[in-house]
Amino acid sequence: MKKENLIDIDKLCTHYEVELSFFEQIEQIGLIEISTLTQHQYLHKKHIDNVEKVLRLYNDLKVNMEGIDVIFNLLDKITMLQEELIQLKNRLDIYENE
Amino acid sequence: MKFIDYYKVLGLTKSASLNDVKKAYRKLARKHHPDVNPNDKISEEKFKQINEANEVLSDPEKRKKYDQYGKDWQHADAFEKAKQQQSHQRSHTYQGRQGENFSEEDFSSFFESMFGGQRASGRAGAGHVKFKGQDFNASLHLDIKEVFTTHKKTIEVNHKKIRITIPAGVENGQIIKLKGYGGEGINGGPKGDLYIQFVIQNNTPFKRDKNNLFKTENIDIYTAVLGGEKTIETFNGKVKIKIKPETQNGTKLKLKGKGFPVYKKHGQFGDLIITFNIEMPKHLTKREKELFNELAKLRGK
Repeated sequence: MKKENLIDIDKLCTHYEVELSFFEQIEQIGLIEISTLTQHQYLHKKHIDNVEKVLRLYNDLKVNMEGIDVIFNLLDKITMLQEELIQLKNRLDIYENE
Repeated sequence: MKFIDYYKVLGLTKSASLNDVKKAYRKLARKHHPDVNPNDKISEEKFKQINEANEVLSDPEKRKKYDQYGKDWQHADAFEKAKQQQSHQRSHTYQGRQGENFSEEDFSSFFESMFGGQRASGRAGAGHVKFKGQDFNASLHLDIKEVFTTHKKTIEVNHKKIRITIPAGVENGQIIKLKGYGGEGINGGPKGDLYIQFVIQNNTPFKRDKNNLFKTENIDIYTAVLGGEKTIETFNGKVKIKIKPETQNGTKLKLKGKGFPVYKKHGQFGDLIITFNIEMPKHLTKREKELFNELAKLRGK
């Protein structure tokens, strides 16, 4: 893994004003992966979007971690269904006005 | 500019306490928060409204001003000035928008005119934490002919001109993400992203299913019975096709590679599927009727 894509978790804790345990909780629900390199913990930058989303749900909406897990699962399902709906709408168009 | 009833937005009456405002705001925010309503413009709009209502009603000073002037808000500044002159008291001056990191569309013009664009610390509980900016959603209307080839297009999003490449084969309803073209970051955080949804109009005789195109082609009864050739229009040019003798109505013919380009696979195309519709002759002459009668007799009909 390229080191330039990794961000020191300590820095992220300072940046977002949260404890390390916060990141561990997000990892537990499978939304991020924490990597350990030379006894230091890092987060790949691709996970930042998820971290910020969790923070917003946690801070703005006061949703706890279990609730956030449920929300992410449902959002995945919604995305899947929306894509399927678009596909089906496009297909339906073939048979309309025939 | 329209007057906005902030109490109505939050479903409250004028007698609502600060606690009621907070409760109503939280309940509605949970429902309309952009993170739980991705690509939903109605919720996005609603979320802005409830944020604005909360901004005013949860701040005693702003709420007072709002309650005092109500529907006469347009004259609020004039009232304030008159009062100022009479009593020689220093009234509040609101800070301008300089140095703020919020998209102009975040607040209604009603709010801007009444409170001059001032706002509190941003996201609730965010303090001075840096956040990525808001993601923007936009839809781009294109004609199906425009997405047959890859081309560049300049679009305007929030008064900013962006040049984007539209790859051939984009589908109706497809969403693409443009990193960094969203709202400004909060407290110096990175910019949000821009999501563009393609709305593709199709006024051609071709129906599209992903990369395949479908078209109905009329042929006369004589060509259908005896066979022949016909020049037909494909999406990007003419081709001559052979029609087999005794072709039945509804027969399908697949023209390989004459369909729509495959998204992000340069040089690959879907198929064009032609369905034959056999046209019956109308207004037969006496002689034609005789001949058809003869044909019918030959078949024992």
